[in-house]
Amino acid sequence: MISVRDLYKSFDGKQVLTGVNLDVEEGTTCVILGGSGSGKTVLMKHIIGLLKPDSGQVFVDGEDVVPLDDLEMERVRRKFGMVFQGAALFDSMTVYENVAFPLREHAKLSEAEMRKRVDEKLAIVGLHDVADRYPADLSGGMRKRVGLARAIVRDPKIVLYDEPTTGLDPITTDYVDEMILTAKAKLGVTSLVISHDVASAFKVADQIAFLAEGRIVAHAPPAEVRRSTHPAVKLFLSTWFGKN
Amino acid sequence: MTEEVERQQPKSASAFTLAVEWVGERVLGGIQALVGVVGLAASVTRWMVRPPFRVANLFGQLDFVGVGSVLIVGLTGLFTGMVFATQSWSAFERFGAESLVGPTVAITITRELAPVLTALMITMRAGSATCTELGTMRVTEQVDALETMAVSPVQYLLVPRVLAGLLMGPLLAMLFDTTGVFGAFVVAVLVKGLSVGTFLLRIQDIVDPTDVTEGLVKAGVFGLVVMLIACYRGYYATGGAKGVGQATTQAMVSSAVSVFILDYLLGLLFH
Repeated sequence: MISVRDLYKSFDGKQVLTGVNLDVEEGTTCVILGGSGSGKTVLMKHIIGLLKPDSGQVFVDGEDVVPLDDLEMERVRRKFGMVFQGAALFDSMTVYENVAFPLREHAKLSEAEMRKRVDEKLAIVGLHDVADRYPADLSGGMRKRVGLARAIVRDPKIVLYDEPTTGLDPITTDYVDEMILTAKAKLGVTSLVISHDVASAFKVADQIAFLAEGRIVAHAPPAEVRRSTHPAVKLFLSTWFGKN
Repeated sequence: MTEEVERQQPKSASAFTLAVEWVGERVLGGIQALVGVVGLAASVTRWMVRPPFRVANLFGQLDFVGVGSVLIVGLTGLFTGMVFATQSWSAFERFGAESLVGPTVAITITRELAPVLTALMITMRAGSATCTELGTMRVTEQVDALETMAVSPVQYLLVPRVLAGLLMGPLLAMLFDTTGVFGAFVVAVLVKGLSVGTFLLRIQDIVDPTDVTEGLVKAGVFGLVVMLIACYRGYYATGGAKGVGQATTQAMVSSAVSVFILDYLLGLLFH
C-alpha cells in the first residue's frame, strides 16, 4: 500500500533522511518510532506529498507520487486522511463545519446526508453535542478526536497520525490509542502513526519501524523490535521497558 | 599617533564591512521577496482559472476588503479633501485664483491621493489581517491540513484575497474620489463662500476623465500588489507567534514602500 525507497532529504545542508526504506501493508497499523528531530514528520510529509525529496521514491498503491504535480497529487491525497499533532482544525469553523469540510469539497451529498455522516464519525471518536462548538472551546484531547473524525469522514484508505498522543494525559492517551484501534477495526484503514510514545506504539502497532540517523534501523512486529540489538533502539526502548 | 591610526583601521574596516553586509542582506532579501511575490502571483493566476470557482469565498473577501473598508476610506478621503482645499485656498487667494481650488484638489485626489491612500488603508486594515490570519494558519498546520484534504490552499485561501484587492482597490478609490471632492466642496463652498456653480464648473472645465481612469488603474494595481504581498508574507510565515508578527511587519513595510515606488513608475507610464 505504501512503499518508500531510498528517500533522501536535507534542509539547509543538514541531512535529515539518509536513505529511508519502508513498506506498510494494506489494512495494518505501522508505527514509526524515533526521537525528537529524527525526521519522522518529514518522512510522513513526503508520503502525503507535502514535501519533495532530494532523491528517492514514494509509492502509494503502486504509484510513485514524487514526480506528480499539485493537481495529480490532489487525486492521490483523496486516499488519505491525516491527524495532525496539534489537530490543525480550522479555528474559524465549528466542529461540524470542520468535520464536514472534506465532504463539502469532494462529495456530492445533501446537507442532511452530510449531517448524518458527520454525527456518525463524531460518535466513533466518542464525541457528542460538540458539533456547534468552536475548536478554541475544546480540550486538547477533544480537538484530536475531532481531527480524527475529520480525517476519517470520507472513509479514506490510509490514515496518517502525526504524534497523536503528544501532550495528552494518560487517560486521554489511552482513549486516543483505542480510537486508532477502533478506526482500524471498524473502517479497515491502513494506518501510519508517527510517535515517540513507546507504550502507545506497542499497543496499537502491527509493525514498528524505528527511525534513527535518518533511516529505518529496525522494522518488525512489536515483540521483535523489543528484542532488537541496535544501540539506538535499545536505548530508546530502555526508557520505557527499563522501568517497567 | 601612528599606533592609534593602526588601531582604528581594523575598526573602520570592520564597520564598513558590516555596513556593506547590512545593505547587501537587505538588497538580497528584497530581490528574494520580489521573486517570491512574482512566483506566488503566477501560482494564483494558474489556480484562478481552474475550477472549482469559489464564489462564496470571493464574496466573503470582497466584503472584508471592500465593504469593511468603506468607512475608513470614506473618512480618509473626506478629511484629505478638506485639508487639501484649506491649504490650496490659502495659497490661491494670494493671487485671486480661489476658483482653482476645486479642480486642483480633484486632479490631485483622483490621480494620486485616492489610489495611494486607499492602498495604504487596504494595507493597514485588510493586508495586516490577511497576513496574520494566513501566518497563523501556516504555523498551526491549517494550511497543511487543507493540502492533505486535497484542497489547494492557493486556490482556497489566496485567490479570493488577491482578487478582492484587485477589484475593491478601484471601487474604494472611487469612494475616496467622491468624499475627497466633497470635502473640498465643504471647505471651498460652505466655509469659504465660493459659489457652487464656480466650484463645479471649474472642475468640469479642467478635470479630464483620463485623470480619473489613471487613478483607478493605479488603485487596481496597488490593491493587487498589497494583497499579494500580504498573502506572500503570511503564507510563508515560519517561527510561531513571533514569526507571524515579523511577517506582518514585513508585509506592512514592503506594501507601503511598493505602493510609492509603483506610483512613481506608473506615473512615468501615464505621462
